[in-house]
Amino acid sequence: MYVAVKGGERAIDNAHAWLAEERRGDTSVAELSLVQIREQLALAVNRVMAEGSLFDPDLAALAIKQSRGDLIEAIFLIRAYRTTLPRFGYTLPVDTGAMACDRRISATFKDAPGGQVLGPTFDYTHRLLDFKLAAEGEAAEAPTSAPRTEPTPHITEFLQGEDIIEREPMSEAQPGDLTREPMAFPADRSVRLQSLTRGDEGFILGMAYSTQRGYARNHAFVGELRIGTVAVEMEIPELGFAIKIGEVELTECETVNQFKGSKTVPPQFTRGYGLVFGQSERKSIAMALVDRALRWKELGEDNLGAAAQDEEFVLSHSDNIQATGFLEHIKLPHYVDFQSELELVRKLRREAAEAVEQMAAKEAAE
Amino acid sequence: MNTTISAKDRKAWMGLLASADDARLAELWRAFDHEPAFDWLRAPEAGGVMVRGRMGGSGAPFNLGEMTVTRCALSLADGTVGHGYVQGRSKAKAETAAKIDALMQTDAAETLRARVLIPLQEERAAAKEARASKAAATKVDFFTMVRGED
Amino acid sequence: MNQMTDNAVYAGGFSNPPVASAHAFRAAMNAMARPGMVQEITGATPPEGISLAAGSLLLTLCDPETGVFLAPDVDSDALRGWLTFHTGAPIVAAEEADFALGGWDALMPLDRFPIGTAEYPDRSTTLIVEVAGFDAPNATLSGPGIKDTAQIALPDPAACAGNAMLYPLGVDFFFTSGTQVAALPRSTQIRAEA
Repeated sequence: MYVAVKGGERAIDNAHAWLAEERRGDTSVAELSLVQIREQLALAVNRVMAEGSLFDPDLAALAIKQSRGDLIEAIFLIRAYRTTLPRFGYTLPVDTGAMACDRRISATFKDAPGGQVLGPTFDYTHRLLDFKLAAEGEAAEAPTSAPRTEPTPHITEFLQGEDIIEREPMSEAQPGDLTREPMAFPADRSVRLQSLTRGDEGFILGMAYSTQRGYARNHAFVGELRIGTVAVEMEIPELGFAIKIGEVELTECETVNQFKGSKTVPPQFTRGYGLVFGQSERKSIAMALVDRALRWKELGEDNLGAAAQDEEFVLSHSDNIQATGFLEHIKLPHYVDFQSELELVRKLRREAAEAVEQMAAKEAAE
Repeated sequence: MNTTISAKDRKAWMGLLASADDARLAELWRAFDHEPAFDWLRAPEAGGVMVRGRMGGSGAPFNLGEMTVTRCALSLADGTVGHGYVQGRSKAKAETAAKIDALMQTDAAETLRARVLIPLQEERAAAKEARASKAAATKVDFFTMVRGED
Repeated sequence: MNQMTDNAVYAGGFSNPPVASAHAFRAAMNAMARPGMVQEITGATPPEGISLAAGSLLLTLCDPETGVFLAPDVDSDALRGWLTFHTGAPIVAAEEADFALGGWDALMPLDRFPIGTAEYPDRSTTLIVEVAGFDAPNATLSGPGIKDTAQIALPDPAACAGNAMLYPLGVDFFFTSGTQVAALPRSTQIRAEA
């Protein structure tokens, strides 16, 4: 029997009204504007764009404001919004080799052409709270130097010359799209990458860390990490040619992994790949490590039974909107389900008690 | 109407308009002060496109995530068709871009180029250069310290 | 393409897309829900040779992710350009079609269109068949969405009955003429009239 229980409307309306008031907080404190969030909480905006799977900084800022800074709630809002957008089409693959880099480092080659460009990084900060930021103050202009004009080639291109690293076969194969077709296993690498790039940063980080701690260790070096903007081009059918339709900020990580070879492949370096919207460095490194771990089958490696090698485990649990939806739904009314459980447990207890009584009576009779 | 528009030229101005700053484009367009009569062929609509990357930066394509795009199409009184495809959700920006695309195919092209496109292009180049200069200042200059005897 | 045909490609879309496409969608939905019942459907002005009803269905149902097959009797540069601009739908072969448009004879053979799979019966073609009219019923329909029976004019009742035998697989049909549409989903049972 299904029993609908009504009567929550007034309570829900009032809860929403209070939520709106709490969101605003103390009205004697100035309200946050969306541009303030977009400009000053840019890395939160980037995370919402990456996991919301929609590049639009203004929308991400709005979602963060509406969700009171709960980023998973903000990602949920973006995911819901993006389903309402008509899909105009697919872009040409972006050319990350032509990226205008804000940051570009390599942990493997000190003297890579293009150099080691640190960019606006936290890396060498002391992680001491800066109380100067508590007092409002203008930031000083960053120093400048003569800009580089030539392109910055990918580091893996140098290794490819020696054939000492696996080649990434160029193709125009149609990639899978998990926003259009449900995930099926075994999943193609294109679908794995799409799933990882929108996956929860904390989950991907944990999976990547597990490989470093020895669960399917794959000896990764960051061959290259670059952050910057790339042009996005799309074929416009009514024009008959491709035009640039905008620019996106991306973080790209290529790992170079030790590989002792297999029956068919000589010892060489293999590759893991991470590409994420916005400046999302931790996420892109983690993505590259997990991508590499998931490639064990195609590289002829052993299944070590590690969680990070199990694509069904990784891909089915990386989406924080699916996860939080299922997790949080158990707090919503389950009165009827629980009523039947209650009756079942009472019945079992009654039967158990009767069995004990019968046993006692039997023993007494003997 | 000018029929010698090359696809390369048109690509260049449409690309510039696509990622132009909304407010700056609106300002330059207002200053140009020429509102052509037109009919909508497709009223402005906001949508998404799926952005693709390549595995390892150079391999097979995969779907990275979407971005917002607004598009429209219009025709001027003389039948010239203009298309607007711009990043973001601004219908006004798409409309302005489509009008400029149409007018760039007419006799107004040279004035429009001088008063709207070139300023946009120069400001954009300056902003890119400013960013690249800051990045250049964070480039590491390695030097080797000689240690030990001789 | 010269300027005239170039511009013709851009004309004839829904004048108020949110409202017009909602009306057309409702007509298409009612047609599928009430097999054999004729509905009015308008809004689009497709290139010459295509009924308003078929044009309105295309604008309502197609997008960049639905492949459309154009049978030789309707295929033209004008129609391709019009469909591309207004829907973004790619033109594909019959074997890959989500939608197919044409007269019955030009669309045949029926068995070249996808009929779905056991796991995904929806991965099948919906045929939009241009017909002369709905005035001469030659088949009796029964099944879901039909109170007792309904009458319809079918180009080939036996072929349609064969398709129904494939249920839950099979293709679905819209029949269009002028501003009218009727539908025949695979779930409908067909009896040819003597």
